[in-house]
Parts: sequence; structure tokens; C-alpha cells
Amino acid sequence: MKEQLQKDFDNTIRNLTLSQKDIEIKKFYLDNFINKGFPNRKEEDWKFSDLKQIIKKNIGELAFYSDYTSTNKVDTSAFVDGLEHNKIVFINGRIEKIDFDYEKKDQIEIIDQSETINKFNNNSSLSDLNSAFTNKSFKIVVKKGYQLLKPLIIYHTTNSKIWSKNINLRLNFELYENSSLRLIDLFRDTSEKNFINIFYNFNLKENSILKNYKVDKFENKNIKYSFNNIEQDKNSVSETFILSSGSNFCKNEINCNLNGKYSSAFVNGIFSLNNNKHHEIRTIINHLTENTKSYQLIKSVLEESSRAVYQGKIFVNSKAQKTDGYQLSKAILLNKDSEFNAKPELEIYADDVKCSHGSASGSLNEDSIFYLMSRGLNYQQSRELLINGFLLDVVEKITDPEVKNLIKNMVGIKE
Amino acid sequence: MDNRQKEIDNLKDYKYGFTTDIENTRAPKGLNEDVIRFISNIKKEPEWMLDFRLKAFERFKQLKEPDWQKPKYPKINYQDLYYYSAPKSMKDKPKNLDDLDPKLIETYKKLGIPLQEQKRLNGIAVDAVFDSVSVATTFREELTKQGIIFCPISEAIQNHPELVKKYLGSVIPVTDHFFATLNSAVFTDGSFAYIPEGVRCPMELSTYFRINASNTGQFERTLIVADKGSYVSYLEGCTAPMRDENQLHAANVELVALDDAEIKYSTVQNWYPGDKDGKGGIYNFVTKRGLCKGKNSKISWTQVETGSAITWKYPSCILKGDNSVGEFYSIAITNNHQKADTGTKMIHLGKNTKSKIISKGISAGFSDMTYRGLVDISSKAANSNNYTQCDSLLMGNKCGAHTVPYIKNKNSESNIAHEATTSKISEEQLHYCQQRGLSAEEAVGLIVNGFCKEVLQQLPMEFAVEAQKLVGISLEGSVG
Repeated sequence: MKEQLQKDFDNTIRNLTLSQKDIEIKKFYLDNFINKGFPNRKEEDWKFSDLKQIIKKNIGELAFYSDYTSTNKVDTSAFVDGLEHNKIVFINGRIEKIDFDYEKKDQIEIIDQSETINKFNNNSSLSDLNSAFTNKSFKIVVKKGYQLLKPLIIYHTTNSKIWSKNINLRLNFELYENSSLRLIDLFRDTSEKNFINIFYNFNLKENSILKNYKVDKFENKNIKYSFNNIEQDKNSVSETFILSSGSNFCKNEINCNLNGKYSSAFVNGIFSLNNNKHHEIRTIINHLTENTKSYQLIKSVLEESSRAVYQGKIFVNSKAQKTDGYQLSKAILLNKDSEFNAKPELEIYADDVKCSHGSASGSLNEDSIFYLMSRGLNYQQSRELLINGFLLDVVEKITDPEVKNLIKNMVGIKE
Repeated sequence: MDNRQKEIDNLKDYKYGFTTDIENTRAPKGLNEDVIRFISNIKKEPEWMLDFRLKAFERFKQLKEPDWQKPKYPKINYQDLYYYSAPKSMKDKPKNLDDLDPKLIETYKKLGIPLQEQKRLNGIAVDAVFDSVSVATTFREELTKQGIIFCPISEAIQNHPELVKKYLGSVIPVTDHFFATLNSAVFTDGSFAYIPEGVRCPMELSTYFRINASNTGQFERTLIVADKGSYVSYLEGCTAPMRDENQLHAANVELVALDDAEIKYSTVQNWYPGDKDGKGGIYNFVTKRGLCKGKNSKISWTQVETGSAITWKYPSCILKGDNSVGEFYSIAITNNHQKADTGTKMIHLGKNTKSKIISKGISAGFSDMTYRGLVDISSKAANSNNYTQCDSLLMGNKCGAHTVPYIKNKNSESNIAHEATTSKISEEQLHYCQQRGLSAEEAVGLIVNGFCKEVLQQLPMEFAVEAQKLVGISLEGSVG
């Protein structure tokens, strides 16, 4: 792998116009990654999902260089119907379109950061990989007091042109005071066996609101890793919803730092898995000051030989009195080969706090099925009704009605 | 009220902190094959036992000390310890209690463990372990009548080799983790109990561990085998003198329950916790594991952990037999600079297995407490159930309380439920108690006892009273 990495790195650098100093920095990240390699089960955070093995088994040899010189045709039929929205379109890892037509031009600033190396506050080997190979990266700034009229949908599209490739993406968002942004990450892949490595950084200033929805719904054979870092100032709110379903393997990590008083973070997620899929959500909520709040709800429905992992951590430092932290994970195992692993963690150094977590996993409740069948539904219908209700609980947590409807339609949940 | 205050004042300091001035026989300092041969030789062990130890030592040399635990400690120099220390008078074991060194009898009297049987009011058979040897075992005759074997493990190796050979290392193999393997290589003494088929042990069996000599590590080994349809309740207590240095205690406890058998294992651990500034104290790195080998068997662990500078242990149950049951009840209290990383592992292998975990952690002062546990339901363990509840109570913002459960469910017919909460004693509760005439400390004691009640109830009566007092004393000075 080492020669491949070196070769692909040289190719990537050739296409960029970087200063000698920046090339050195990128080289440093590359060396870091070469030393560490892909994370494996020996690392505590990857205990339940050995990425090294998964890549080896599903992809084999990865290539890290992609030719971004030619453009891809944007297929407008793939856009979401019935919801007016702003767009960013990635095709095979290349940014094809950035479109904020619905918004006031001077209120949103898009800064090309491709030529500047910005450090990511995460020293995992995947962030090193990302830093070494990201090709274009943008910073999107929402100005003071501006609230986006329409949601922003980021289309992540891949097609059969790429195979056994590693794609690295990075975006930075900055929400100034009193601003708000609704963001939907939508994955549409027709490619197979690629490893997609995404890093987002959000900086939320006072009173700003971020609604962050990640939808990985469509069947595909890719392996995905996504890391979101959210920094929150006073009174800011972040809401994250994850629908984890389509990819062969997917790990979503949310790291949330509640730096300002009265800030709050909500993370809700659904695993709906079949076949041999293996998905994970890992959350770290750091309560770093007084009067902060976090709430997490993760529900899983697992069929066939699928496997879901939830690792959630609530950290409360000694200054963070009056913290309110809550975390709940529930799983239904529908097949004897399915598996659910959880590690809900509390690390608390302050005494005046209210923190709790709960985790439950098991089969569908036979009594409930009996109840429904005795009222005339057949087994299949009763089962669907129960699962529907189980998942609806999480979807209902979405605070934006437009997006809620969109996601309900996608999941096929009826009310 | 005055009497109570006096009692509390008396108990304020670690009252078991005295040393017994007694001449010791020690193994040469350090850890090597010769020391292991020395221990084996002085215990007059057969060849197979020495082989067992040497095999463990071979393996130990390849192992690395683990470092994933939350409480970190300065590196232990394993070559700077004495692995065997015994009172000189114990060289030839006295035939009965009258021949026992009066100093030893005095020591146990001070500790509140009377060895003279005639003074006993209620029947608890005690095996007293002093540093590396067992000094006395009471009530042996009465137990022998029922066919129960209860003796120091060094005697069992000589008198019941077939049983020891069969079960020793069957739950904690010589190839286990670092500290367990160290114990397998150098263990000195401990208790052995065998309850024959269909016998309900008529009294509580108990071992009292005492570390006396300085610069020693205590490595005891306990093996309890409950044959088909039998029942036994076993108690363990421990204390050590106050010293500025840290001492290592790395014990192995193995339990085997065959068909329909039940073992109840209770621990009140009160090793010296170190002084107010965290100087000295015992490192309590113990491996405790029970195997529910037969059908319908049951193993229940109850622990009250108040002592030790660092407690690092996970009493576990391997639920191999169908319909077997594992239980874990724990109270862990840390104060001043104490640290604890404790919890349990419930490994479900058989069908219809059930487990229950109730853990209560209380941290005060500058201490740090972690509950770490594993519930693993394997794909064959159909129709199994687990219920876990961990509650933590924090006193002050200089201490920490953490919960790290690992939950693995590989069987769709099995259910796991886990709950955890962290909170503090509310002002309202305190106010209510104080309004009715209790001092702040008494109020806290009362509330904490209520918090722990679920676990305290699981202890045998005599122990429960002692444990309740201990809970109060451990939190002394943490409020106000």
C-alpha cells in the first residue's frame, strides 16, 4: 500500500498549485497515515468495526488518486422534487456545482480553501488521510443574522466510472450570530467498492441554529466514513439526524463541543439494515460549560446478517454544572444472525448534573403482534406496523416540517 | 447521640491500620524461577503443581502489563517485591489453635475475627490468611461430617490432588491476562472449598485476608467447587496495615457450579485506602470468575468495595449451562484520592440464561470511579435475558464518576436492558433530614444507605451490619 500511496500522492500534488510549504504539510499528513494505516479493532474506538479488515475484504487494493481535470455531467433528474433548495453537487468526489440561487447573494460567502491547509482537530489516521489527499475544500459562511430561506442539499453522487477508489471530501461551515442553516447530506451511489472519507467542520456562533440531516438510503456497495465536528457558542442549537441504511459499511461520527452556556445538541439516528451491512454511529458530546443540554436517541431495525453499533459518550467536565445529558438506544433484532453492539458511556466530573443513558435490544414483542393479529391484521402487516411505529418515534424528532416529510417519504414511513 | 458521635470518632481513622510485630520467613526478593521453586518447595507441593506454576511463569514473561484502565498508577517493579512471607512460627503448621502463636491470635482478635471456636456465637467457619499462609481454619470437624472440604488451598493440593487438579485453572487458565497469570505462577495460599453432591452447607464459609509484612505482594488463590445440587455461601474480608508505600494484592478466585448448584460469594473489601493525600494504600487487582458449568446453576457475586488505593476488578460469570443464572451486586465507594475501575462480565453461552447487574457507585473528595461492564449474549444463547442498572452518586466537583458498559447482543430471541444514571444528593432530601434533627453527616449517611439498600440486602446478616457501618465511615468528611 505504501508505494501506491506515494505514487498517488505525487500525482495529486502535481494537479494542485501549492507552495512548497503546503506540500511539506501535506507530506507530513501522508507520512502520518502511512505510519498508522487504516484503523483496526485494536483501537478502542474501532473495537466493533475493524475498518482495515472491512476494506481488505470488500475492496482489496485501494487507489488514492482521482483525475479531477474533466467535468462530469450533472444529472438534474436526480434532484429532489417538490422541495425548493440550494445545492452543492459532488460527483465522484469532484465539486460540480455550488448553487445558492434562493438566497441573498451578500449574505453567504463561499471561500475556496483548496490552497490553504487547515488543520482538523482530530488526530485519527483517517483525518490524516483526508488532509493529505483532499483536492478542493470550501468554507461556507452564513453572515450575521441571516437565516437561509431554503435548505441546502449536498448531493454525493458516485457512478460506475470509479472503482476501488478512495475519495476524500472536506467542507467548513461557519454560522455567525443569529444565523441558521438547514443542511441535508444526500447520498446517491451507483458505484461499487469505493471508500469515501468525509470531514465536516461546523462553527456555530452565538444564537445560531444548525439542522444537519444525513440520509444514506439508497442501496450501494460503498464504504463510508463521515466525521462531523460541531463547535457551539452560547445559546446555539445543533440538531443532527442520521438515517443509516444504504451503504455496505458506514460509520458516522459526531463530535460536539458545547463551549458556550445554554447551548444544546440533539443527535437522533435510525439504523435500518439488511443483508450483510455493518453500520456504526459514534457520538461524543462534550459538555464544557454550565447549563448545557444534550439529547440522543438511536433506534435500529436489523434484518438478515446485518450488524449495528452505537457508541455514545457524554463527557461532563468539572465546570459544567447543571448539565442535562440523555441518551437512549433501542434495537430490534429480526433475524438470528443480526447483531447489535452498544457502548453508551458516561464520563462525569461535575456533581450537579442530570445524566442518564439506557440501552435495550431484543426481538419484536410477541404480545404486541398477537394483539394486532387478534384485531384482524396478518403477521406481515402487524410486523410492519410495529416497526413503523418504532422508527416513527425518531423521525418525529426532526424539527423541520419540510425535511421531516421528505425523510418520511424516503423511509416509506406512514403515519 | 453522644455515644454515636464517639463511635464515629473512634472509627474515623482506619482502625485496622496496626502492624503485628512478628518474625517472618521470606522468599528471596524478586521474581524468577528460583523463587517459584522456593515457594513450591516450602509448601511441599507435588511435581504437577510446580509445573503448573512454571508454565504460568513462562507465559507471564511474554505478557505486557495492561494499561487501558482508567486509574493510572506508577509502574510496579516486580523484581522489588517479596513473593512469599510467613510468620516463622508457621513453619510447621500447629496442630490446633492452642499451639498457635499468641500474637497471631491477638491480631485476629483485634480485627474482630475470633479464632477460638468456643467463643463463637453463630456458626461461621473462618479460614484466616496472614500474608502468604493460612494460619487457622475453624469448624473443620463439623464440616467434614457432611463431607464438605474447607481448608487452605496448600493443604488441598496435598490431600485432595484429584479435585484441585481437575478444577484449578479451569476457569482462569494459566494463559489468562497479566495479573491472573502472575498469580498462577506465585500464588501462596488461599481457601479451597468443595461441597459434595446434594449438600446444603450448614454455615457460612469465610476467609479473612490480612497483609502484614511490608514490601510484599499478596497473591492468594481461592477455589470453590459446588457439586450437583449443592449450595454454599462464602464471605471474604480483608484489611492491611497503614503504610506509605503501595502494596500489590493480585488474587485469583475461581468458582465452579455444577448442575443445580448455587454459589453465593460476598466480599467486604476494606484494604488500607491510603491517607488523605493519597499516599500509600493497596493496589487491589483481583481476578474473580465463576463458571456456571451445569444446568440450572447459579452464581451470585456481592461486593462492598470501600478500601484500597486502586480497585481494579471485574467479578464475572460465564453462563455455560442451560438455564443458569448470574448475578452481580456491587457498592463501590471512593473517597479522598481513591480510584476504582470495577464492574462485571456476564457471558451468556447456554440457552435460557439470565443475568442481573446492580451497581452503585459513590465518589467523594478527589476520587475517581468507573463502572466498566460487559454483557455478551452469544448467538447460541437463545431466550436469554440481562438487566443492568448502574447508578452513580457524586459528592463535590473534584471527583469523577464514569460508566462504560459494553453491550453485545447476537441473538434475536434474547433481550438486554441497560440503565444508568448519575446524580447528586438533592438539597431537598438533605434539608428534610436536617429539619428533623439529623446532622449533615448523619443525613448523608442515611441517604447513602438508602441508595445502597438494594445491594446491602443481598449480604448475609452479620456482614450487612458491618457493611452498613463501613459505608458511613468511608464517606466521613466528604460533606460539610
